[in-house]
Amino acid sequence: MSKVRVLVGTRKGAFVLESDGKRERWDISGPHFAGWEIYHMKGSPADPNRLYASQSSGWFGQIIQRSDDGGKTWHQPGTPPGEPTTTPDGMPKAESNKFVYDTSPETGKPLTTHQWYDGTPHPWEFKRVWHLEPSLNDPDTVYAGVEDAALFRSTDGGKTWQELPGLRGHGTGPKWQPGAGGMCLHTIILDRSNPNRIFIAISAAGAFRTDDAGTTWRPVNRGLHSLYIPDPTAEVGHCVHRIALHPSRPRVLFMQKHWDVMRSDDAGESWQEVSGNLPTDFGFPIDVHAHEPDTIYVVPIKSDAEHFPPDGKLRVYRSRTGGNEWEALTKGLPQNDCYVNVLRDAMAVDSLDPCGVYFGTTGGQVYASANSGNNWAPIVRDLPAVVSVEVQTLP
Amino acid sequence: MMIRVVLPAHLRKLAQVDGEVKLDVEDQVTQRSVLDALEARYPMLRGTIRDQVTQKRRAFVRFFACGQDLSHELPDAPLPDAVATGAEPFMVVGAIAGG
Repeated sequence: MSKVRVLVGTRKGAFVLESDGKRERWDISGPHFAGWEIYHMKGSPADPNRLYASQSSGWFGQIIQRSDDGGKTWHQPGTPPGEPTTTPDGMPKAESNKFVYDTSPETGKPLTTHQWYDGTPHPWEFKRVWHLEPSLNDPDTVYAGVEDAALFRSTDGGKTWQELPGLRGHGTGPKWQPGAGGMCLHTIILDRSNPNRIFIAISAAGAFRTDDAGTTWRPVNRGLHSLYIPDPTAEVGHCVHRIALHPSRPRVLFMQKHWDVMRSDDAGESWQEVSGNLPTDFGFPIDVHAHEPDTIYVVPIKSDAEHFPPDGKLRVYRSRTGGNEWEALTKGLPQNDCYVNVLRDAMAVDSLDPCGVYFGTTGGQVYASANSGNNWAPIVRDLPAVVSVEVQTLP
Repeated sequence: MMIRVVLPAHLRKLAQVDGEVKLDVEDQVTQRSVLDALEARYPMLRGTIRDQVTQKRRAFVRFFACGQDLSHELPDAPLPDAVATGAEPFMVVGAIAGG
């Protein structure tokens, strides 16, 4: 029988939740990296036992962790436990925590500044890794979206990282600005049908696409409308919170923006609003059903000033029509006095049938539905604030 | 010289050590030479105390020894004799913060 492994990153450590395909009883391990912020964990599609985790701290900076046994044991890539920490000639082996922006003249147009909150120029400063996206077919290749926004790649299992400088250098970088959470590259989508195509999203810059495996990039934000920037239809500056697509239909993208739920049918060339009858179109995560490309999920949040569900009711909204027509999913979710948030990387689906849907809250609950969202139950209720949720469907 | 270094709990765990760390520092005993020796012995700590590129002390990390705050001393200034002789430890301290 298939199994499900849920990787949960929280403000104070990582947790691994495992169940069989019924998804009724769960084994919970953790906290791993207790006391550290775990912005994201994700497994390799090519080797489900290969996991990557972003461990960070306001005190001690960024650590990259890797597991080769499905989360039972972890090590910093390049520094396996029990092995010498230096090479035979005495050089330190561990470079896995080192994220250095590319400023070399050979790779194009090194940037020195983006916009600060007040619009003044501000130098790029590395703070943390928000999102790790393993390659679809090589366990040793993994992408990292970082704050201040840039895209890095490792091709040696996370031991060393190199920036893909064409993203920051394509020309709009000086117009990017931080959202309230920082200027973060939080979404990385690899196209299964086209290995040269990658979508990324940055708060607050917008969505970007490469069609040459990361060498050159361009903004794909036409149709977005944001009243909080001087030109609401500007090429960049939009606070995109999350993008999702279904692997079988890679030209169709769904976006939860700061405000507005959007859809593109042409790989981001143009966007249309599909907020429809949502009670509010502010929110953070958006995800797509594993088997129904037009079934999508969002969690409406009251507003950018009040990061909790409207009316104290935690409701996932599902559209079976690719947007515009939405239904509230409430069975098993608190329908009074609930004031948690669901962050942008804290929703995921499994690939079982029926599709499982999962999300974590800033109140420490991880909710699961084993029937596409019709019914919900908490797997755990009292974790630290949940930052990210990823799901692996295992044979 | 055998230098004693006290690390905060998170960094002890990261380096997989218990209690004080003892380091052999051959050069003059300064913040830089002690931290260089620490990171050479425990490379997993690189970037956690000093920025990997600028080598500046991270903002929420402080250095204490012999009852003094040495955080703002120059990296190449000699540390107190008591640290250099191993009588007193060089302490890496994380800022107190809630949450």
